[in-house]
Amino acid sequence: MAHIKVDEQLPGIRGLMDFRPLTAKPLNALADALLRTDEGLSKGERELIATFVSSLNDCFFCQNIHGAVAGYYHPEDEDLVDKVKRDYKNAPVTEKMKALLSIAANVQKGGKFVYEQQVEDARALGATDIEIHDTVLIAAAFCMFNRYVDGLGTFAPDNPGMYRERARKIVEETGYGGSSPK
Amino acid sequence: MAYISLDEALPGMRGLLSYRPVIAPPLMSLMQVLMRSNEGLSMGEREVIATYVSSLNDCYNCHSVHGEVAQCFYESQPDLISQIKADFRFAEISDKFKALLDIAGSVQKGGKYVTEAQVSKAKEEGATDLEIHDTVLIAALFCFYNRYIDGLGIVSKDTPESLKQRGKMMAEQGYGH
Repeated sequence: MAHIKVDEQLPGIRGLMDFRPLTAKPLNALADALLRTDEGLSKGERELIATFVSSLNDCFFCQNIHGAVAGYYHPEDEDLVDKVKRDYKNAPVTEKMKALLSIAANVQKGGKFVYEQQVEDARALGATDIEIHDTVLIAAAFCMFNRYVDGLGTFAPDNPGMYRERARKIVEETGYGGSSPK
Repeated sequence: MAYISLDEALPGMRGLLSYRPVIAPPLMSLMQVLMRSNEGLSMGEREVIATYVSSLNDCYNCHSVHGEVAQCFYESQPDLISQIKADFRFAEISDKFKALLDIAGSVQKGGKYVTEAQVSKAKEEGATDLEIHDTVLIAALFCFYNRYIDGLGIVSKDTPESLKQRGKMMAEQGYGH
């Protein structure tokens, strides 16, 4: 049971968005702006960062839905998301992406954990200012989404098929802004 | 100096929004609907929650300016914001609001730190579901903004005067600009 009275048929953030449509709208618009562009970071890379941070925050709903979306964008390796969650330093991603994930991991601990050398290292591996900016922004935003979902005690189903189907719909049809909580 | 190349003349969040205009509309709209409402929580209470969480996250940029915004709503209690930053349990606020700040403090640590007992306590003191929802979302939102600003190494260039002035402007005009 969630801490407040939400439609218990709607898992994770969906029950909260149904409870408060006024805040759902900008939250979904934010998710679209953060995740549904290939400018600098690809959509797949953005979803990986979101999944990774949600996994560090131990948010089951977010890491599974965004993990499923990330998986959709990486059909060549169905274990990629698990590998990144388990040990990104040895996962099959570029060195630049590893440097960005290390920045994201520090953002998860707190903004001040990010240090200059870390940013320099990412830049030396080819990361642009926009990519560094978007990495910090996505990691920080998921520290919000994760707290929102878990702080109100929402439930999350453990059926992987549900997340895969929802992910397919988000990618192919609705985006985040056009998705209904129902 | 920030970690990326920003317009150093713009303070705090403003520099970031001008650097990446595509994210400005959803962020401003979120601020506007969540912070500029008196439905359930008052605007002043919303700003106090934002200030308290930013102070727990040690984000000077955010807790200094939102502290000024918050203080504008409590003219008869000139020390309220410093009391809250020092220890909200001894501040002159209602028991209901203390229970909500207690929840916000747990959200700052992580979503799973919020306990059933904390929520029951807030409800016993009269908090509605909407107030609990907004408390959690505001606390979570500032865990986001604090990380965004500090994670990019943004240093505050405010003076006590400029903080007062910006706080007053935000309290009067909101975030739609």
